[in-house]
Amino acid sequence: MSASLAAVPPQRLATDHAVVRLDRVGKEYPGSPPVHALVDVSLEVRAGDMVAVVGPSGSGKSTLLNLIGALDRPTTGTVEIDGRDVARLDDRALSALRAARIGFVFQQFNLVEGLTAVENVATALLYRGVPARERRARAADALERVGLAARAHHRPSELSGGEQQRVAIARAVVGDPALVLADEPTGNLDSARGAEIMEVLHALHTEGTTLLVITHDHAIAASLPGAISIRDGRVELERGPR
Amino acid sequence: MSDAIRLRPGDVLGLGAVGLRTRRLRTALTAVGIAIGIAAMVAVLGISASSRADLLAELDELGTNLLEVTPGQSFFGDSSKLPVDAPAMVRRIGPVESAAATATVTASVRRTDFISPLETGGISVLAAEPNLLSTLDGTLSSGTFLNAATDRYPTVVLGADTARTLGISSVAGSPRVYLGGQWFTVVGILDPLPLAPTIDRAALIGFPIAEAMFGIDGSASTLYVRTTPAQVDAVRAVLPATANPAAPTEVRVTRPSDALEARAATDDALTALLLALGGVALLVGGVGIANVMVISVLERRREIGVRRALGATKQHIRVQFVVEALLLSGLGGVTGVLLGAVVTGGYAAVRGWTIAVPILAVVAGVGIALLVGAVAGLYPAARAARLTPAEAVRTT
Repeated sequence: MSASLAAVPPQRLATDHAVVRLDRVGKEYPGSPPVHALVDVSLEVRAGDMVAVVGPSGSGKSTLLNLIGALDRPTTGTVEIDGRDVARLDDRALSALRAARIGFVFQQFNLVEGLTAVENVATALLYRGVPARERRARAADALERVGLAARAHHRPSELSGGEQQRVAIARAVVGDPALVLADEPTGNLDSARGAEIMEVLHALHTEGTTLLVITHDHAIAASLPGAISIRDGRVELERGPR
Repeated sequence: MSDAIRLRPGDVLGLGAVGLRTRRLRTALTAVGIAIGIAAMVAVLGISASSRADLLAELDELGTNLLEVTPGQSFFGDSSKLPVDAPAMVRRIGPVESAAATATVTASVRRTDFISPLETGGISVLAAEPNLLSTLDGTLSSGTFLNAATDRYPTVVLGADTARTLGISSVAGSPRVYLGGQWFTVVGILDPLPLAPTIDRAALIGFPIAEAMFGIDGSASTLYVRTTPAQVDAVRAVLPATANPAAPTEVRVTRPSDALEARAATDDALTALLLALGGVALLVGGVGIANVMVISVLERRREIGVRRALGATKQHIRVQFVVEALLLSGLGGVTGVLLGAVVTGGYAAVRGWTIAVPILAVVAGVGIALLVGAVAGLYPAARAARLTPAEAVRTT
């Protein structure tokens, strides 16, 4: 169960159904001196996994999130999302990939202010070309999944932090993405609300959603089936999800 | 696999409206900037069109078939005179419907003999033929005009301005004025004559008494000629030689309605100036939109990041902000056109004109507003699209 994946040669990683595959990925930010945010990172997330990425701030977690979320491209190595090499995709194709395959949950919730909960959730389907009527129906279903159907027509400013994060989770899963990326999902919540949010995420995992949770909280990491710990841009330790 | 999708028109409009719905006050204030510029331009065009329509209607009513014959100057610069029989000869021209002469009388008109003869109030005394009223198509506000029975006696008809200057509004009670050293009875007061303003500022007496009392020689100082409308130019061509066969070059023929038409033309210069001012207001409004949009993009970095993470392409972000600017300016444009039409209507109503808002002004008003919005929105939209999703998402 706790085999170190980092030690496994990359070619053996390319087995069944890798949702995300990083192969000796490096990310360097220009400057003097240049910052090596990630060094030689190889990892893999398979369909149905629920994995934590844990590390202190400045360890390269955010950079990893950006790469796995197809928000940024690596300097060296390859990032494959759902079998597609990110480096070969232009802005349009990359955006389409995000729209179709990845759902994001942010620490700051990041709901759009002027939109109601259901409109916020529906926005995730907007860039996939889903017609407005179907967007609304599916958004309402997603809100029900996270137990927030009653608050569907409230604006973010009328919702508590925990409720906002549930809306954000509904937004992340409404399109049935191959991967849900949660970046410190409990970071802005008290421990009780945080626990509730983790329950929602666990429930999604049980229903078959693939999840990658970025956190600095080792307790949360320990509660997940798998964990990858990183420090100074390198994978330090891995605990397999299976 | 999938490439980025094209947004539906309805979705694009919805996207553009998100920012406006969220910040209503800011939206309203920014739109007002555009609205003022457009309203100014539409009102200027509308008022000018209404004024012109009114002027043309007035011209139509007055007729453009009135000619004015005056003695010009001789070759040596001396003032010339029309022959005494000029009116009779002019009447013999076929298309001339009527012709009436006036002659300058050197005398002053005063309310009483206690007033100094120097204080004429700008009133001139003219001898006039009885058919002057019909030739000018004039009307009386009170009393009767001079006729063959009254024009040999000390009776006077006052022009509209003259009556006002002297403080006489009606012939009731037979008011008298002191004219050239003798009391004259006011028998009539004229309505204003737009085509013959000289008459408005004159006191009219008959030729017979003018010749008897003031020794005028019967030569006309002005000859008003009404022709059949189709023959104005032909009559104009033969008038000098007819009025003064001995010295046709010493005759001046003018067409008073030309002055009114010139007034319509001078309005154009003013209209252009006011339009330019409206354009400046519009420019300021456009800068306002650009300003607000730049701020909006800065404030909404996180929203932009989230949308990028949800799959929006650079183009989607750009379109969202350009459409937002277009909606903002379109809102201002439509409001401005309505406002301009209301101002035009109000002004025309006060002036008693027919309301004319040119359709071109309406279309151009909204069109220019949208153009300004598009230009103002391009730079902020480009800035929004340039944000990389990674940095936009992480903004705290």
